[in-house]
Amino acid sequence: MRNVYLYILVMAAVTYLIRVLPLTLIRREIKNTFLRSFLYYVPYVTLAVMTFPAILDATGSTVSAAAGLLAAALLAWYGASLFQVACAACAVVFVIELIIL
Amino acid sequence: MKHMRMGAMEWYRRGLRDGIPIGLGYLAVSFTLGIAARSDGLTAVQATVMSLLNLTSAGQFAGLTVIAAGASYLEMAASQLIINLRYLLMSCALSQKIAPETPMWQRLALGYTITDEIFGISVGAADRLNPFYSFGAVSVAAPGWALGTCLGVILGNVLPARIVSALSVALYAMFLAVILPPARRSRVLAGVVVLSMAASLLFSRLPVLSAVSSGMKIIVLTVLIAGGAALLFPVKEEADA
Repeated sequence: MRNVYLYILVMAAVTYLIRVLPLTLIRREIKNTFLRSFLYYVPYVTLAVMTFPAILDATGSTVSAAAGLLAAALLAWYGASLFQVACAACAVVFVIELIIL
Repeated sequence: MKHMRMGAMEWYRRGLRDGIPIGLGYLAVSFTLGIAARSDGLTAVQATVMSLLNLTSAGQFAGLTVIAAGASYLEMAASQLIINLRYLLMSCALSQKIAPETPMWQRLALGYTITDEIFGISVGAADRLNPFYSFGAVSVAAPGWALGTCLGVILGNVLPARIVSALSVALYAMFLAVILPPARRSRVLAGVVVLSMAASLLFSRLPVLSAVSSGMKIIVLTVLIAGGAALLFPVKEEADA
C-alpha cells in the first residue's frame, strides 16, 4: 500500500478545487439570461434527481421509505421547516419499521 | 459595521440550527464509511482526517476502493474528479447566490461547505445567500461526519439498525423541504421537479442507463433538464435594473 495520507491529500485537493474554482473565478453577476436561468434551475434538478428514487433504498424497507417520503413531501409542501420535515420523516420511518420489521 | 456583524452572527446561528439534522444524518451515514475504512486497513486517525478534509460520501467510498487496490495517485485524482464533478455545478450556482462583493476568504471557505446537503439548504435559505449561513451549517455537519467516521472505525456498527435506517431518511427529507415550497408557487418549477424525478427513476431502472454512476447521472440530467428549462422558460429579470 502506498502512503495513505498522500492518497487523502490528492482526494482532498481535487475535491476542494472542484468546489472552490467556480466560486472564486465567477466574481460577477452573470448577465446572460440563458446562463442565469440555467443556474437558477440547477439546484432543483440536482436535488430532485438525488432524492428520487434513492430515498426508497435509504431505509430498511421500501415501505417505510415510501411512508417517510410521503410524510416529508406533505410537510414540505405545506411549508414546514427543514428541521420539522427531517424529524417527521425520521419518526415515520422509525414507527413504520417497528410495526413491519 | 455593527449591523453587518450582527447579520453575520444571525445567519451563522440559523445555519447552526438547520445544520443539526444534517449533522445527525451524517453521523449515521459516516458510521458505515468508518466501517468500510477499517476493513480497507485505515486507522481511525487516517479515516477521520479523510472525512474532515473531503466531506463527501460517494467520493470517499470510491477513494477507499482506490486505496485498497493500491492504484496510482493519478487514478485517485481522476476518480474524485468524475464522482465529485457535480460540486462544480453547485459552486457555479452558489457564485450567483452570493453578493458579488463577497470577499475572497468567504468564497474560499464557502467552497469547503459544498456538500449535497449544505448546498441544498444554502440555496433554500434566502434569495441572497449570506455565506455565514453555510459556515454555521458546516460547523455542525463536518464534526458529525468526522465523529461518525471515527466511531465507525473504532467501534464498528454500534448504532442499532433501526436508528440508522430512520436517520438515513433525514437527508432526503431535507432536500424535499428545500425544493417543494418554491415548486408549489411555480408551475414551471413543479414540472422541473417532477420531470427530474421521473428521469432519475428511468436512469436507475432501465438496463443500459442504470450502469451509469450516480454522480454522472446527476450531472447529465442536471445539464439536460436545467438547460431545457432555461431555453423554454427563461427566468425573467427582476430587481436587476
